[in-house]
Amino acid sequence: MLTMSSVSKSFLGARVLHGVSLDLEPGEVHALVGENGAGKSTLMKVLAGEYTPDEGTITLDGTPRAFSHPVQAQAAGIALIHQEFALLPHRTVAENVFLGREPVRRGLVDRRAMERRTAELLAELDETGIDPRMQVRELSVARQQTVEIVKALAASDVRVLVMDEPTAPLADHEVELLYALVRRLAARGIGILYISHRLREVFDLSRRITVLKDGRKVAALTTAETTPDEVVRAMVGRELRSYYPPRAEPGEIGEPLLTVTDAGNERLTGIGLTLRAGEITGVAGLQGSGRTSLVRALFGAAPFTHGRMTVTGRTLLPGSPRQAIRGGIALVTEDRKAEGLALRQSVRDNALLVTRAVSGVGTREVGGLLERVALRSRGQGQEVRYLSGGNQQKVVIAKWLAARPRVLLFDEPTRGVDVGAKSAIHTLVRELAREGLAVLIVSSELPELIGMSDRILVMADGALVGELPAGAAEEDVMRLATGDTAGPYEGSAA
Amino acid sequence: MTTTTTTTESPIPNTAVRAVRRLGTGAPVYALLVVLLAALAITDPGFYEPDSFLAFVKRAAPLVILAAGQYLVIVSGGFDLSVGAVVTAGVVAGAEFYGSYPDAHWLLVTAGLLVAGAVVGLANGLITTRLRVPSFITTLGMMLILEGAVFYWTGGSPQGVLPQSFREFGRGTAGGWLPWAVPACVVVGAAAVWLMRSDFGRTLLATGDSERAANLAGVRVPRVRTLAFVLSGAAAALAAVLVAGFSGVSAQAGRGLEFEAITAVVLGGVLLGGGRGSVVAAMVGAFSLQALFTLLNLQGISGALESTVQGVIVIAAVGLGATGRPGLNRPRRHRSQPSGGTSS
Repeated sequence: MLTMSSVSKSFLGARVLHGVSLDLEPGEVHALVGENGAGKSTLMKVLAGEYTPDEGTITLDGTPRAFSHPVQAQAAGIALIHQEFALLPHRTVAENVFLGREPVRRGLVDRRAMERRTAELLAELDETGIDPRMQVRELSVARQQTVEIVKALAASDVRVLVMDEPTAPLADHEVELLYALVRRLAARGIGILYISHRLREVFDLSRRITVLKDGRKVAALTTAETTPDEVVRAMVGRELRSYYPPRAEPGEIGEPLLTVTDAGNERLTGIGLTLRAGEITGVAGLQGSGRTSLVRALFGAAPFTHGRMTVTGRTLLPGSPRQAIRGGIALVTEDRKAEGLALRQSVRDNALLVTRAVSGVGTREVGGLLERVALRSRGQGQEVRYLSGGNQQKVVIAKWLAARPRVLLFDEPTRGVDVGAKSAIHTLVRELAREGLAVLIVSSELPELIGMSDRILVMADGALVGELPAGAAEEDVMRLATGDTAGPYEGSAA
Repeated sequence: MTTTTTTTESPIPNTAVRAVRRLGTGAPVYALLVVLLAALAITDPGFYEPDSFLAFVKRAAPLVILAAGQYLVIVSGGFDLSVGAVVTAGVVAGAEFYGSYPDAHWLLVTAGLLVAGAVVGLANGLITTRLRVPSFITTLGMMLILEGAVFYWTGGSPQGVLPQSFREFGRGTAGGWLPWAVPACVVVGAAAVWLMRSDFGRTLLATGDSERAANLAGVRVPRVRTLAFVLSGAAAALAAVLVAGFSGVSAQAGRGLEFEAITAVVLGGVLLGGGRGSVVAAMVGAFSLQALFTLLNLQGISGALESTVQGVIVIAAVGLGATGRPGLNRPRRHRSQPSGGTSS
């Protein structure tokens, strides 16, 4: 149905696509994977008419097409669902769906027709939870995504739907809803190009997988005949021996560096835990279980209101990040851009921020630290906003290493980080533990949490509800996290 | 493992790119100053006579110093609208003080004014950071309070005469030819550059860029931001001493200077909202603005239009900045590195 052949594209002399070909059949979910910067988005923007290719052709239903504007691509039935939605939060669902194309009757917007048509489209997708008259801001993110898709369906006879990281904004339990929606769209004969770097989704949904690396197609695979390992190898271009570095040997785990007893605040109750030198402690839990509240309390950002805590032998219940830092605690937050970095400042200024802010703490020798975290940048003067997610995270880690902490807390250490940098960060975190730091990791990616941790604490409703040894099964973790102490794991986290 | 895509062949020589980048967002203002100075030379061939040029610098000096102070506040994410009123209050207070104590030493009075300016800044800073009143409102209120106080105190026509010794700094010359204003600007400029390279300056920029990230990195955000207001207040008091030297005692002495200072800083490419910009560019912005006013004067355009011109500049500079600035500074790979993922 859709064929892109030998598409090339350069920007200012830098070639970002090298003769990439791709075809898509009706009703097929075709996954497009690759690391950040591999060219996925550029390829899709060429398809959607946002960029004009330098070479190569696009054929839709046997007709060669050359789009020079997104509107043309849209009219031809190619719709792109961006990560950021283009919805007006204070307008109704129907108004958003027909934005700019409102049906008119006697010179006035025909609100009824608009709502009726929207309801029909929603019904076709079996989406019963959305009233066309609701304001968009009242909807969950997953439903807003549905509205975005309905908007595309209303605009033209969609043949090809491009979804760019559609699960990125979704909560864990909303992912299943998206899966169902994708399958229904495919069942209607729409070809779906699905961009993701979460391999699990790719294997759950797709029929074929195209792997891009450095602007080239490096593999075209049939999902049923391949394995995640093979896909990762193609993405990274080398063998990843094992995903995670080896765990700590019993002898490597040392004295307790941080102890909390019976601590709590308005979100947390009865927290008691010990972090030991050389050990990586994982904290698992569903969204809203208090994982983030826990690390923020340990770091003094949303302090414990009661309880006892000792850090490296001294009593300290930190009331501010500054106190925690002085006590030797560091926190890599989950929201790197808003909380981890000053995006307009240079690599160097970010790496030195803690050292400069808290006198008497840390080192100013950042050069070695940046090497240690294997930062790829154009130099210490480069503004961090121009770095990839993985490299930004490395700067955050370097910033904390400069403060010479004893206890290192990670909230989602590899969120928004591509596969290669991810494994580098994993190795680094293990090295740091091996050097005698106590490490705590919160991650909603269970394989990561299990792969990295020497033991796993499970949270639910603001309390620690259980502890599991290294290498615990995902099912066991989920069972504790969902409070399902009896019966087998059902598969859905929500 | 590869997380970056390109260090590709660059069409522009690297050194040129680096030089432009070092000038940063301020780059256009240097060009603007050169153009304005050239235009002045054409319009008024006598402009570069030493006396007339130094007189120009002298007139520009208060604004240059105000711009340095305003820069600190803007780059930390705020505004200081009170500086014009601080200048007025400083001039009037000096005159009133000399009315009562005609023999006071000029150094003592100057020091007293600097402390008073810093105290006003401290109040601005504490209200903004502790009571969480937006700085725009805090300093607007402070401006009104000071203006009203001056008016009440003097009944609208300030009395008192400033002695020659006190006015020497603003109107006199060192060694018979160099106005004191010139070393004053140089010293303030050098101090500002040093400050912005110090831990405090780097922390201030990071705070203006992301208050949350700074706080989580252990920065005492309220203290850092308050200190910026204190320095801005002290800079305004210093400007008051210069203004007192060459203009008379009046309740209008500093009127409008706060907006001129903001215009100058914006002209220097400093990002409103904080986190980006160079203090030297901000001070050069002040020179440029003064040069522009001089040029308009020479062209016979009414001084009344000065505020109109300022308004146009502020809107244009911010507007162009919003669209133009990223292009200037963005490494080329930005466009060639599509996001392709949840990062970036």
